[in-house]
Amino acid sequence: MRDNNISSRKLKNAVFHGIVLGATGFGIVALILLLMQVFRTGLMWLDWDFILSMPSRFPEKAGILSALAGSIWTIGLTILFSLPLGIGTAIYLEEYSNKKSWYNKLLQLNISNLAGVPSIVYGMLGLALFVRFLNFERSILSGALTLTLLIMPVIIVASQEAIKSVPNTLRQGSLALGVTKWQTITGVVLPYALPGILTGSILAISRAMGEAAPLIMVGAAGYVAFLPSGPMDSFTVLPIQIFNWTSRPQAEFQNIASAGIIVLMILLLSANAVAIILRNKYQNRMD
Amino acid sequence: MDIKMKIENLNFFYGELQALKDINIEIESKKITALIGPSGCGKSTFITSLNRMSDLIEGTKVEGKITLDGEDIHNSEVDVIELRKQVGMLFQKPNPFPKSIYDNVIYGPKRYGGKRKVELDEVVEKSLRGAALWDEVKDKLHQSALMLSGGQQQRLCIARCLAAQPEVLLMDEPTSALDPLSTLKIEELFDELKKNYTIIIVTHSMQQAARISDNTAFFLNGELIEFGKTTSLYMKPVNSLTEEYITGRFG
Ligand SMILES: Nc1ncnc2c1ncn2[C@@H]1O[C@H](COP(=O)(O)OP(=O)(O)O)[C@@H](O)[C@H]1O
Ligand SMILES: [Mg+2]
Repeated sequence: MRDNNISSRKLKNAVFHGIVLGATGFGIVALILLLMQVFRTGLMWLDWDFILSMPSRFPEKAGILSALAGSIWTIGLTILFSLPLGIGTAIYLEEYSNKKSWYNKLLQLNISNLAGVPSIVYGMLGLALFVRFLNFERSILSGALTLTLLIMPVIIVASQEAIKSVPNTLRQGSLALGVTKWQTITGVVLPYALPGILTGSILAISRAMGEAAPLIMVGAAGYVAFLPSGPMDSFTVLPIQIFNWTSRPQAEFQNIASAGIIVLMILLLSANAVAIILRNKYQNRMD
Repeated sequence: MDIKMKIENLNFFYGELQALKDINIEIESKKITALIGPSGCGKSTFITSLNRMSDLIEGTKVEGKITLDGEDIHNSEVDVIELRKQVGMLFQKPNPFPKSIYDNVIYGPKRYGGKRKVELDEVVEKSLRGAALWDEVKDKLHQSALMLSGGQQQRLCIARCLAAQPEVLLMDEPTSALDPLSTLKIEELFDELKKNYTIIIVTHSMQQAARISDNTAFFLNGELIEFGKTTSLYMKPVNSLTEEYITGRFG
């Protein structure tokens, strides 16, 4: 009787082990197949010529330079806008605002919900607000501002969590020395919270790097044969260029799309590597 | 008798709760004043009202008058930032910043402004010597403060306070989280510190109060029961509650 019970529990244990292993395996296998497909078709197209050429109607001449430049411009501006705004908002909410007031609770609830809104909705907002109302037209600036709106909630929430984790005894220790609140924030709160803020922010920024939908809404072009020279220029970005190539009938374009995907992945992985390096650097300084 | 701080008719409220009731104390300059009493009697509240760290807690109310060198610290002319430089504070648990030993000590002076690098170096050595920590850390000033032992961390926090050139040092049970040996080291330091600073120390150890202090105040339920020379308060307490407390019959 007792033995019986144990063996049925052991069986259950084994079954569940199998199920969760299978779940992990499914993801990994799918990912490996995808990567293999991308590398098999794309790797031989990937060379400096590909990176340094403009897109073209002829696949053997086509390159990714304008999309790469567009992505760097857009992401650069997005970082410039979203970090100060997002971190600033988090500092206000955590260090200055009265958390018990009803409008702050409402604000908090809204920010958390905004993090889950589909990106295409931000694209529509960007089209109405930046492209039309503010007359920024179909420019890098409109795209960057739209992406800023998209990732700000994530940056705010991640930064808030990081700021919350700062022990209160450090704030008190600082204030008791007769330094100002702002000096306390820059002196102990932000340095302590920085690894968390950076990790959250860079993950958010990588998400922005991979977005196509909201940028299509604000009018990023599918074919751009020049390099943007300023924030008011029209532009394209890597995901859109890739999308554009995959939707063409010729097989060669499928292959250079794969090469583009590899470039985008390298960019994303580097961003994440930077996040990890920065986090470890600051974390080591903490302990 | 030289009076550094004078507390007159001090009442302190956390919302509805009155934590201090009509407290009157004169703090002697360059002496050690100990505050004793069972936990919850208002010692921390009292001490944090002296550098207005209590301002940071929402919903509190202060009545009465606290003067530092004759000046009312609640006067609108008084800058609370400046007040906290003059009246430094040490906490129950050592709270060094997660920075190097060097950066901990100059944390204040660097932010008050107007000091050059050489001067800051001097501040670091002087403050660490003042906290009897220099010899132990002079070769590793740029290592993290969190590598130090608990007792060393607390002395680093003392050095950090000294670097602000305060006149008064408030200490809220500064040795309660430390082992006996570290406690002894800090107690030995007090004799040196009181040559230059006025010290107010909360302690839950009556032996410690007896060992180190010149004057002792006994608090109970937010009231000051007895205040006087430590020797006379321990030898012949006037109030029977004091006698009961110091003979260990309650608390
Ligand atoms: N932040 C606070 N909010 C509300 N009540 C408090 C707060 N801090 C202390 N008190 C209350 O004030 C009284 C005195 O506390 P405290 O000054 O910490 O005493 P002690 O330091 O002597 O142990 C206690 O009844 C305590 O519960
Ligand atoms: Mg206390």
